[in-house]
Amino acid sequence: MSAITRDEVAHLARLSRLALTDDELDHYATQLGAIIESVAKVAEVAAEDVPPSSHALPLTNVFRADEVRPSLTPEQALSGAPAVEDDRFRVPRILGEEA
Amino acid sequence: MNVETAMPYDEALDRYEPVLGLETHVELGTESKMFCGCKTTFGAPPNTQVCPTCLALPGSLPTANAVAIESTIRIGLALNCSIAEWCRFARKNYFYPDMPKNYQISQYDEPLCFDGYLDIEVDGKPVRIEIERVHLEEDTGKSTHVGGATGRIHGADYSIVDYNRAGIPLVEIVTKPIPGTDRLAPEVAKAYVTELREIMRSLGVSDVRMEEGSLRCDVNVSLMPRGSSEWGTRTETKNVNSLRSVERAVRSEIERQAAVLAGGGRIVQETRHFHEDTGSTTSGRSKEEAQDYRYFPEPDLVPIAPDRAWVAELKAALPELPSVKRKRLRAEWGLSELDMEAMHNADAIDLVEATVAAGAPAADARKWWMGELARRANESGSALAELPITPAQIARVTELVASGALNDKLAREVLEGVLAGEGAPDEVVEKRGLKIVNDEGELSAIVDQVIAGNADAADKVRSGKVAAAGALVGGVMKASRGKADAARARELILEKLGVSD
Repeated sequence: MSAITRDEVAHLARLSRLALTDDELDHYATQLGAIIESVAKVAEVAAEDVPPSSHALPLTNVFRADEVRPSLTPEQALSGAPAVEDDRFRVPRILGEEA
Repeated sequence: MNVETAMPYDEALDRYEPVLGLETHVELGTESKMFCGCKTTFGAPPNTQVCPTCLALPGSLPTANAVAIESTIRIGLALNCSIAEWCRFARKNYFYPDMPKNYQISQYDEPLCFDGYLDIEVDGKPVRIEIERVHLEEDTGKSTHVGGATGRIHGADYSIVDYNRAGIPLVEIVTKPIPGTDRLAPEVAKAYVTELREIMRSLGVSDVRMEEGSLRCDVNVSLMPRGSSEWGTRTETKNVNSLRSVERAVRSEIERQAAVLAGGGRIVQETRHFHEDTGSTTSGRSKEEAQDYRYFPEPDLVPIAPDRAWVAELKAALPELPSVKRKRLRAEWGLSELDMEAMHNADAIDLVEATVAAGAPAADARKWWMGELARRANESGSALAELPITPAQIARVTELVASGALNDKLAREVLEGVLAGEGAPDEVVEKRGLKIVNDEGELSAIVDQVIAGNADAADKVRSGKVAAAGALVGGVMKASRGKADAARARELILEKLGVSD
């Protein structure tokens, strides 16, 4: 049995607003399953004296001083936007009509 | 929008007991954003305070703002929290354009501060609000919804987004559930947020302007039948952006839920929106499924491990907290708890304190701020602190009264002049000619004139009805246009009419 179900992939696709076809769901469920199984092998070799970690470097407390740095101009900031209105990023409708 | 029925508050409370929960967001007043060097100025032109990091452009990396970390720890300490020895930021993933990254950097199961409390007083009774956690995250951008009837997100054709606010450090303060407030639930909620606001002010970590959104509150309410020990389903009301609204939102949600439950209905766990105009809440989330944020540790930021000695230093350096300060000032000023609470509610304590510091006796300082000036502020619909008059100017007026140069009536005119922008108290006295008449000759002449003009009253006084002298004193005050020393005028009247008290 795969490490991730087709339903779980469908759920993730929906959360990410990806429209996947039935074939694609099967395809990605198989691929993602293989990836998860590969990563799980790491857990198998980890001994009890190895705590779970989220970061590769043994660093803590990396901070920056509270100092202002130059920002982009609005023209620069908006230059990659597909649509702009009133110096703002224009985005498609977020929610449909109220139920 | 459905108009929902409500049960009158008293009836609702006869039948049900509320349990509260409050989530408060405080925008920190740092110079730069949480994870980049962009400015945090409120009201700047759209998308002028953005950079590759807060716009999530490829290749950019966040670095945590040291002052924001320190401020969050100080807030936690002021709220009697434990400070984490080690914690991480986490990504909160969601599909919504108010964050360009498609996630918000927040904290999940490892908040910087946890397990604290805040003691407040409501109706003279102490209430302890338990704090679940204080964590640090970044604020979101500001969306404007275009098209549709109401400017709301529902039915809008599209939205436009300004990311100036995205990435400003935001502290979230979450209470544990608050049972047992009973009928005082709305007042408890308001008192808690008020106290929180004052703590933020005294720490100097935020300007806590609710009208500008630098202090925002989400109010959770559930009801259970009286005598039950099992809490009901809660709703979360967002958009509560004034202290008065906190109180109203709790009240209206209690009334709404009571009507639903009494009608045999069920409360749906949902987000609701508060409307300032009607004071009611409406259902907020559409058919969106329950949120699934897929939190995971933020790989681009290393863990935070606050040094214990540093935390102890921060704790030792905390300022006197507002509730402690109020107790001290109450004792110093010799006021009743009720008087102090009235001053607290009127936001007058700091002003009175500053006026006393400028040399005025506490009783006088309080009298002017809570009397004449409170009335003026009320008339103009502004806060006391916004009146165009300074504590030092009030102190000067009390000094002029104490020295006998002004009486209360003239003092009020001086205040009026200062408020009208005519200058400092001494200038107003000069310009308006408001010096008290303490020239004996001038006063004596006015008294003679008034006695002559009020023969009836004068006769009554002569025949021993000393109380009738009041009318004559009034006459003197009128004739001198309020500038006479009333006590001296009364003495002169009695003397001239050959009677004594």
